[in-house]
Amino acid sequence: MVTGAETMSTYRIQGATGEWEVVIGLEVHAQVTSNAKLFSGASTAFGAEPNTQVSLIDAAMPGMLPVPNRECIRQAVRTGMAIEAEINRWSRFDRKNYFYADLPQGYQISQLYHPLVGEGQLLIEADEKAGISQDKVIGIERIHVEQDAGKLMHDQHPTMSYVDLNRCGVALMEIVSRPDMRSPAEAGAYVRKLRTILRYVGSCDGNMEEGSMRADVNVSVRRPGEEFGTRTETKNVNSVRFVMQTIEHEARRQVDLIEDGGTVVQETRLFDPNTGTTRSMRSKEDAHDYRYFPDPDLLPLELDDAFLEECRASLPELPDAKRARYVGELGLSDYNAAVLTAEVETFARFETLLAETAKRLGKGEKDVATQVANWSLSVAPGVMNALGDEANPAHATAEAQAVILQMQAAGEISGGQAKEIFEIVLKTGREPAEIAETEGLKQQSDTGAIEAEIDKVLAANADKVEEYRGGKDKLFGFFVGQTMKAMQGKANPAVVNELLKAKLG
Amino acid sequence: MSVDQTTVAKIASLARIKMSEDELARMAPELSQILDWVEQLGEVDTSQVEPMTAVIPNTLRLRDDVIDADPLTGGDRRDAVLANAPAAEHGFFGVPKVIE
Amino acid sequence: MTELTELGVKAIRDGVAAGDFTAREVAEAHNVAVAAAGELNAFIVTTPDHALAAAEKVDADRAAGKQLGAMAGVPIGMKDLFATQGVQTTAASHILEGFTPEYESTVSQNLWNAGAGMLGKLNLDQFAMGSSNETSYFGNVISPWRRKGADGFGGNADLAPGGSSGGSSAVVAARIAPAATGTDTGGSIRQPAAFTGICGIKPTYGRCSRWGVVAFASSLDQAGPMARSVEDCAIMLGAMAGFDPKDSTSLDLPVPEWEANLSADLRGKKVGIPKEYRMEGTDPEILESWERGKEWLRDAGAEVVDISLPHTKYALPAYYIIAPAEASSNLARYDGVRYGLRELPNGAGLQDMYAATRAEGFGDEVKRRILIGTYVLSAGFYDAYYNQAQRVRTLIARDFEKAWAQCDVILAPTTPTAAFALGDKMDDPLAMYLNDVFAVPASLAGLPAMSVPAMLNGEGLPLGLQLIGKAFDEQGVLNAGLAIQQRAGFDAKPEKWW
Repeated sequence: MVTGAETMSTYRIQGATGEWEVVIGLEVHAQVTSNAKLFSGASTAFGAEPNTQVSLIDAAMPGMLPVPNRECIRQAVRTGMAIEAEINRWSRFDRKNYFYADLPQGYQISQLYHPLVGEGQLLIEADEKAGISQDKVIGIERIHVEQDAGKLMHDQHPTMSYVDLNRCGVALMEIVSRPDMRSPAEAGAYVRKLRTILRYVGSCDGNMEEGSMRADVNVSVRRPGEEFGTRTETKNVNSVRFVMQTIEHEARRQVDLIEDGGTVVQETRLFDPNTGTTRSMRSKEDAHDYRYFPDPDLLPLELDDAFLEECRASLPELPDAKRARYVGELGLSDYNAAVLTAEVETFARFETLLAETAKRLGKGEKDVATQVANWSLSVAPGVMNALGDEANPAHATAEAQAVILQMQAAGEISGGQAKEIFEIVLKTGREPAEIAETEGLKQQSDTGAIEAEIDKVLAANADKVEEYRGGKDKLFGFFVGQTMKAMQGKANPAVVNELLKAKLG
Repeated sequence: MSVDQTTVAKIASLARIKMSEDELARMAPELSQILDWVEQLGEVDTSQVEPMTAVIPNTLRLRDDVIDADPLTGGDRRDAVLANAPAAEHGFFGVPKVIE
Repeated sequence: MTELTELGVKAIRDGVAAGDFTAREVAEAHNVAVAAAGELNAFIVTTPDHALAAAEKVDADRAAGKQLGAMAGVPIGMKDLFATQGVQTTAASHILEGFTPEYESTVSQNLWNAGAGMLGKLNLDQFAMGSSNETSYFGNVISPWRRKGADGFGGNADLAPGGSSGGSSAVVAARIAPAATGTDTGGSIRQPAAFTGICGIKPTYGRCSRWGVVAFASSLDQAGPMARSVEDCAIMLGAMAGFDPKDSTSLDLPVPEWEANLSADLRGKKVGIPKEYRMEGTDPEILESWERGKEWLRDAGAEVVDISLPHTKYALPAYYIIAPAEASSNLARYDGVRYGLRELPNGAGLQDMYAATRAEGFGDEVKRRILIGTYVLSAGFYDAYYNQAQRVRTLIARDFEKAWAQCDVILAPTTPTAAFALGDKMDDPLAMYLNDVFAVPASLAGLPAMSVPAMLNGEGLPLGLQLIGKAFDEQGVLNAGLAIQQRAGFDAKPEKWW
């Protein structure tokens, strides 16, 4: 594993004059999961009618004052703890002053001088296919809490833009990385990992389509090993793919510009998803003197031990720890552990099924983990995908699946039967045990019945028995096949093997 | 520090106050006089002093995460929010078209 | 029957409670006085119906045997900086002309809850920026006071009622309202009170909620009462104050029983006399009033001690960085989008609209302060100006902290001069600012401070004395004020000319 900026990355832009390295820093704005806004009691719910979730405070009526929402502070602190960051017990809110129609106060309440969360870090995993050769730690400079802005609509009226303040004042965490990333893939991995952590912690739903997570992408280029170049900041990029496209386009644009004798201007740019390109953002160009100063409507935010203790105690097991435990304690493969821990829903389903299955079988979790992981990652999704719309995912309860796994482990049903039963469960919601019974989807383990069939098979194939006994071991499979066929596929193969071995000597 | 007309023009632009040349010419010496006068603060040795953060010792209270607990600080009152708007249209605030 | 407009808060409240007169009679008498005082230009809007409705409710409550509030039956003037639901609220600016809030400020709501009624919205310096009430978009307030032209000249010159709460001071002094709300950022209650021979107290920062008060400088703004006696101030402050969860800087403390605990017995108390307030150029009559004040407080049993507040001379320059800086940001919301004035020249874009609206909507003094504030916060200057001013502010607060080891309350003049004539200082912003030199230090330190009338000067104009107390000790300030009031025997009032 390597740390931060000293990493050597092999990603290079091929310019006319040689190779260039791209340097990337990300400022991710993550909407804090809360019922009400950061400084007002208006709802944060997505998709409401325009200006219905706006308080007098959000509309910046004269004499209105902010009072911070505890939950927003708590979630930002928990997020800080999840990236192993230092939590500042003393922080302050500052005003960032600029004029824009989506900013009623004429300033955004943010944190410049004393952010809530200080230095932290995040691990991105090696991914050979994506060109990330080894695990890499990305530095996180800070997390601060701030207000979101409102929304402007430009295409509803020929000469006017319309302002909707529903989002205005919603709490955001701005998570500022160090300029430690060196390729679009690393940036993509960073955003995905950050999203996973936020969703584990429950501090942000990570829903990029609804704007719950957006990134400002800082890109510069340089000759490998030289000083940083001038960076541009592309605002509000709202998917992992677009982040990567932004970097590819910006890096290429900057290299071309420099090689043509131009210079990169430090500016704010906008990403156009339709063309995959960026362009200069005219409206914000002259707004760089933000005149930050401490918000005199708010006192310093001081956190006590009890508050911090609660934040820490309420943190769940985090992705890296969970993944390590899946490998170390449950004995899962690296790959399975990585896939199972990538999403909150995935590990939550897995852990429920694992607990239920272990309980039913009276075994330890680690004794059934591999079986449950295989079921969860390949068998069950395979059945579901094959069924498509016919499957009702609500029928896929942990209990039903655990019963199937239990029957399979007990030898009552075969792997094939397990799939067939699950298919019926998904379509109908019927009980697996009842399905096995009424649909005849059980395998025979009754030694008497199997023995009788084996005897018939051996009698009918006396010549092959002789050959086998003469050393032609491969014929064993033939006897198994014949027996299974005679049993219409319902014999427990383990029992068949065992009995055949005994009879053939 | 005396400020010239160009500086005042820049500040006025930052503060979004349109000013004529006449106004700028009148304002520049006034602002210079005031700024010269406040600069006497530079005489004070404050190297061992923190800037004041709270005039009366008090800590920031945090409120509970409840929607619309008080109509005065909650949402769901669009009519009140739009009541004084110079150009309210279809539930929005209207502004001259913005090109981003 | 007593002239009802001569009565103060306590007399009206007690008279209504005793049935000597009805609240409606009181409201009607004051509505008449309001209607007759147009020449003073003290009101931006009058609200006689509000006063009558509140009075009728009090009369009905009394008839029903209900408990009456601390201000029951008292009609007051409301500085037009407090948002009043359904009643235009302008901060005396063009940019907010026509703005009708959908909400009521906490302080005004508290007063209505206590049984007060509103005579009207009072004129003030625009956005409370000014010391003479000459920056209002709605015209100057004229002080009811006039000089006694000993030399036969200047007797009729219009005088400043002080500012920014100039409408408040004018109506209370002129017996148009028994009391009015004020706000004090750097002396805006105390200076006008001193200019007009009335009392006014700025409580400890955080006592009165700022919610619903048009903001000037958030870390300094405090509401307070203006009335004709210390008792009336105590009663009204009790009604205005109180914890408000909607204001993060509101003090979460019970409101003391100021009225009940009033006492002019100052035995065992020490009164500090800050030597730095003896400034060059201070009017000799002001110094004389200060001397009398010391005697009065000694007479009340207090020990008078000399103290030092070494950073006093830096208070005003620090204030003129901090207050404009905060104001430049607080006033950014006036942009023509959600309320108030919108100037939209032909073909103007959004940013042009802002600049045109704000150019048209703000007066010169407001623009001046916004520009200063913008400048001192701008890139490269923040540390040298704003941070240095906030460090100096720490030193000023520390000066007071040290002084409290030696004394319980501080006595000083409220202003360096008596009321000046309108127009006298309008061409020289700095000279105008200097009028708040004695008021600003207590503002920067968030301390309770009060002005009480002491005497008339040779021109027949009132002079005020200022009492500054420890944080949370409004009682100490009120008690020392009461001791002065009882001994000064100030009963002068302006002769009616309007």
